[in-house]
Amino acid sequence: MTAILYILLAIVIAVAIWQVASIFNLKGVIATEKDNNTQGILFALFGIFFYGLMIFSFWKYSVILLPDSASIEGESYDTLYMVTMLLILIVQAITQFLLFYFSFKYRGIKGRKALFYADSHKLEMIWTIVPAIVLSGIVLYGLSVWNDIMDPSDAENPLIVEVYAKQFQWEARYAGEDNELGLANVRNIKGINTMGVDMTDKNALDDVPVRELHLPKGRKVIFKFRSQDVLHSAYMPHFRAQMNCVPGMVTQFAFTPSMTTEEMRLNDKTIAKVDGINKIRAEKGEDPYIFDYLLLCNKICGSSHYNMQMKIIVEEEAQFNAWLKDQKTMAQVVVQ
Amino acid sequence: MSDHHHKETFVTKYVFSQDHKMISKQYLVTGIFMGIIGVFMSMLFRLQIAWPDHSFSIIEAFLGRHQDGGVMSPDIYLALVTIHGTIMVFFVLTAGLSGTFSNLLIPLQIGARDMASGFLNMVSYWLFFLSSVIMVISLFVEAGPASAGWTIYPPLSALPQAIPGSGMGMTLWLVSMAIFIASSLLGALNYIVTVLNLRTVGMKMTRLPLTIWAFFVTAIIGVVSFPVLLSAALLLIFDRSFGTSFYLSDIFIQGEVLHYQGGSPVLFEHLFWFLGHPEVYIVLLPALGITSEIISTNSRKPIFGYRAMIGSIIAIAFLSTIVWGHHMFVSGMNPFLGSVFTFTTLLIAIPSAVKAFNYITTLWKGNLQMNPAMLFSIGLVSTFISGGLTGLVLGDSALDINVHDTYFVVAHFHLVMGVSAIYGMFAGVYHWFPKMYGKMMNKTLGYWHFWLTAVAAYGVFFPMHFIGLAGLPRRYYANTAFPLFDDVADVNIVITLFAILGGAAQIIFLANFFISIYKGKKATQNPWKSNTLEWTTPVEHIHGNWPGEIPAVHRWAYDYSKPGHEEDFVCQTTPLKEGEEES
Repeated sequence: MTAILYILLAIVIAVAIWQVASIFNLKGVIATEKDNNTQGILFALFGIFFYGLMIFSFWKYSVILLPDSASIEGESYDTLYMVTMLLILIVQAITQFLLFYFSFKYRGIKGRKALFYADSHKLEMIWTIVPAIVLSGIVLYGLSVWNDIMDPSDAENPLIVEVYAKQFQWEARYAGEDNELGLANVRNIKGINTMGVDMTDKNALDDVPVRELHLPKGRKVIFKFRSQDVLHSAYMPHFRAQMNCVPGMVTQFAFTPSMTTEEMRLNDKTIAKVDGINKIRAEKGEDPYIFDYLLLCNKICGSSHYNMQMKIIVEEEAQFNAWLKDQKTMAQVVVQ
Repeated sequence: MSDHHHKETFVTKYVFSQDHKMISKQYLVTGIFMGIIGVFMSMLFRLQIAWPDHSFSIIEAFLGRHQDGGVMSPDIYLALVTIHGTIMVFFVLTAGLSGTFSNLLIPLQIGARDMASGFLNMVSYWLFFLSSVIMVISLFVEAGPASAGWTIYPPLSALPQAIPGSGMGMTLWLVSMAIFIASSLLGALNYIVTVLNLRTVGMKMTRLPLTIWAFFVTAIIGVVSFPVLLSAALLLIFDRSFGTSFYLSDIFIQGEVLHYQGGSPVLFEHLFWFLGHPEVYIVLLPALGITSEIISTNSRKPIFGYRAMIGSIIAIAFLSTIVWGHHMFVSGMNPFLGSVFTFTTLLIAIPSAVKAFNYITTLWKGNLQMNPAMLFSIGLVSTFISGGLTGLVLGDSALDINVHDTYFVVAHFHLVMGVSAIYGMFAGVYHWFPKMYGKMMNKTLGYWHFWLTAVAAYGVFFPMHFIGLAGLPRRYYANTAFPLFDDVADVNIVITLFAILGGAAQIIFLANFFISIYKGKKATQNPWKSNTLEWTTPVEHIHGNWPGEIPAVHRWAYDYSKPGHEEDFVCQTTPLKEGEEES
């Protein structure tokens, strides 16, 4: 019933708009010289609004952006990003200026005739070739970064970790002493063996299942992703890392953590961001927030998609090794 | 045709009409109706994003059992974003835009009495109508409508155990889309045949208005790519209902292992995006075509670089079919394929840049007539540039990694295809309203509509880039589960307020549109002093378009302000003067 009231209200507003407009309206339907003038000026003002909004957003929202990259690969990502963004902003600033300026400058005047200017081979060559050259640069640069990130085959002694997704939580499994993950399949899921590890595979016995991801600083980590039900996406924004988890196949991504959790908490940008967050939390009377790296799900996966997360802790290698040693292996867990 | 005169009844004239002008209006009104639903849904879920725990009586009123005390459930939130996307992309910006203006303008601007097959054209509309009805019905099923995102990736879309919307809601979604695709194919075939065969004397391909070029090429992309979506949907229906494993493998859900083995969701992603990406251009090219025509007419200047514009339409169309993998850089696809798709994707920037620069040059030294259609066209160029440029980030496989599926993507595609295409649609409605209804729309309301919409659109989508760069994933019911995102809450409120402003501004359009049909000022034959053929037909619609012979064409469509002519426009039907060179 209320729904119908809302619809009626919308109709009443529409009719009201029409009526109010018709008081001022002289049945005007085609732009007059006066309209051209007003609308041209409005385009100039809109241009100011547009640049104002851009500058305001950069000034106001820079603090909410992600802090410096926490992985070595992420640093080259960030540089590529800055270069591309700079290019975008330059082109954006120039073209939008021309668009709004011309809309203002050439607003119609009675009796003036527009310039008959249908073609210019030279101009068109310029704006085909210049973008082509610039884009070639961007493509080559982008692809070299992409290849570096996606090809971890030259890594020395990488740490192998399986990240396992299911509605709506994450699990992980370290490859253990042999640094080789045991086979796994959802058909082996039973009781405490929640990741379906194949216990008849001898590589599996020393694997270490965990619910909280610890990573060593300075050592390349190769992630192997699996999912047991629907698509998920393992998103680790602070490391500039993301890969989908696909049921029925194993996907891969790799990076080298470059800042421990402690170090990141002391990073200037992190401090500024956390201060901003805690100011908001204080107003709402909530506990202060302490920064932690996160793994979150970034592929729609169901009702609780918005709350599918796992904490990541980056620590010095010695600390990491000590922690890993304390964890139970698959053999110990499943035998229990 | 005009020679065999038969009596028209109410049913043959208004319902099962085979006249392209009536079918065009049917498409438009159906599209607007679906648009109201789609936009309204976005208002509801924007309320949820901005004020996640707040109770709203409007949510209580409209969402029934899918809400609790005025707070929507996570499942209906996902359903709303899914159906919003589906409706806006397919029902509004594909059928509503292309269906309306291809139907209206192809026969009128090429000089034909009607479409090649009036009957198929009618069937095409009624299939679209049927698919719209099924989509709307799906909103009312017990477990809620489809909710796996408009991209309906399996396994989520295949398994009702995974999300309630994947039950009956998803079935209806698939049926509706299958019918929609059939409709779209019938329409597209008709457009292609008509453009190729029914042009009037003298209407060479190189004299066609850019609108027709855009509709023609759009129809070709549709014919090439829509069947692939149909097969993707059919295979999904098989997986859902007949136990096949095209997309599914090794699934354990709610305590049991399912029988599926050997399939891959990545296959679905390939098939989906083989349509999905060209779809962006199916939506955008008609808008660009419309804008080319309107900017030229209202600048009183020829469109700059006519042949380059045609070339870039064709280049964009060709490239659009070999870039789909840029939606899948982090899908687990081979990274080398990612490199290839990065290369082809960034190539699209070149014809797009040519188009943008050509628009700007068309304005230069023009005599701009600021009609509402012109405002929306300039607005389109602005959002096309703003949204297109961020494509350089998303099309670059390396940079895509960290912004993939965040709000940065949402901001990008809404600007470049959503807002741009809807601006093109509005521009078309304001410009050709006199041709459709014989009446004029009110300009003052048109101005208000444009400026409020323009401010709101940037107000919504500009800040949205930043929350994406902050790492906020899209399709989150609430951001409350992460203290990390507490500082984007304020930005989300700003976005929602602008969204409400933008939504409210559309009421002005609706009022202007519907009331002008009945009470608008009567149109003159050629109100915008345009060169193209549709303005040589009488204001009152007649079957067959021209009362006598179809006029012959002697020049291209863009002789505006041509030296040697007294008026600043020269209709395509005007023969060349002695010694006058064709442009």
